[in-house]
Amino acid sequence: METFKLTVNGQQKEVTADPGTPLLWVLREDVKMTGTKYGCGIAACGACTVHLGGVPTRSCVVPISLVGDRPIVTIEAMADDPVGRVVQDAWVSEDVVQCGYCQSGQIMSAVALLKNTPKPTDKDIEESMGGNLRVGMAHGADHREAITGVRHVQVREQHVEVFRSNATQGPTHTCCRDHLEPVALQRLPQHIAHGVIVLCQ
Amino acid sequence: MLRPVRTILLAILFSVTSFARTASRNQEATHAGARSTRAEGLTAWQQIYSVMSHPRCINCHTDGDYPQQGDDRHRHLFNVVRGPEGKGVAALQCATCHQSSNADSTGMPGASGWHLAPLSMRWQDANDKIVPSSAVCKTVTDRTRNGGLDGAALVKHHQTELVKWAWQPGLRNDGTARSVPPINYEQFMAATRNWVQAGMPCPR
Repeated sequence: METFKLTVNGQQKEVTADPGTPLLWVLREDVKMTGTKYGCGIAACGACTVHLGGVPTRSCVVPISLVGDRPIVTIEAMADDPVGRVVQDAWVSEDVVQCGYCQSGQIMSAVALLKNTPKPTDKDIEESMGGNLRVGMAHGADHREAITGVRHVQVREQHVEVFRSNATQGPTHTCCRDHLEPVALQRLPQHIAHGVIVLCQ
Repeated sequence: MLRPVRTILLAILFSVTSFARTASRNQEATHAGARSTRAEGLTAWQQIYSVMSHPRCINCHTDGDYPQQGDDRHRHLFNVVRGPEGKGVAALQCATCHQSSNADSTGMPGASGWHLAPLSMRWQDANDKIVPSSAVCKTVTDRTRNGGLDGAALVKHHQTELVKWAWQPGLRNDGTARSVPPINYEQFMAATRNWVQAGMPCPR
């Protein structure tokens, strides 16, 4: 165990943790900020996204020992951030959220995109937001709303497949593309196992 | 009387000059290594190519809009793309996951300056097939494509942290070690120097 000094949302925090502990768990369990979510633990889904030194970062794969003196910004700070507030308001006005579990990460990624590119093209949005897993049905989107639909994510090691879905076509299971057979939902946290994530192998 | 003395003086002068020239060449040889023959250079190049075509290196010298992962060189998962500077895009950068060193506790590889090689340095074709040794050699030695690097600069490039990472690539998230190139780093650097000293010959 070692002691680490962190700057989280502008405040100094001191934590004692194993150096290999992912930043995600330090934030949730030591700093007691639970807005950042665990979705997969392998940087596949983006639910754990924070800003580390200004860079959108998957906190589930960054051990606390590699944080250094880089400031950490979490979803909890977005209401006081000019861009974060606009994104949150858009999320509300466009009724983006369904279960909401992935939305911390979605908002952090969207804020990072908009701070870098205030007027993103559809391609910019697709590419930047394409790494954030989202389950559920699609919504229409404009340039200020980063979510444009369910994203297809395939993680070969764990063979996680997401049903591609939109409001008009309905779900399309593409697990068979790589000769994979759908198996079960057991290995995934129940709060995201809504029947739209299938574990294939 | 004077002629023998002059002759002796000239002989002494010649000897001193020859000794100095030899000493200088030896010093140069000791410092930079004796100049290699073309055949030696080609042998050295094949060693270099064996490293460059290894997944730890070639996974980031792709032709497409994405890096590759793993020893099977599959397309990088999670919709990661190249981006305008080979560092990903605004909200999905290389640095979004890859830090300045390996994170063995989470299986995430990392090194300072993690990014894709530019498309001018692609060592694969559009179908993700590794191009032949002669083609890679031509690419690497083309200063209009390699960022203007001459032999000395190529030696320096092989000493960067990102290149060195190939020999210390860290653990996967299942705790197993990633594979490393077929020769060790010291052998790689020796081959690089020998190849440069031979004039960077390429196979035909």
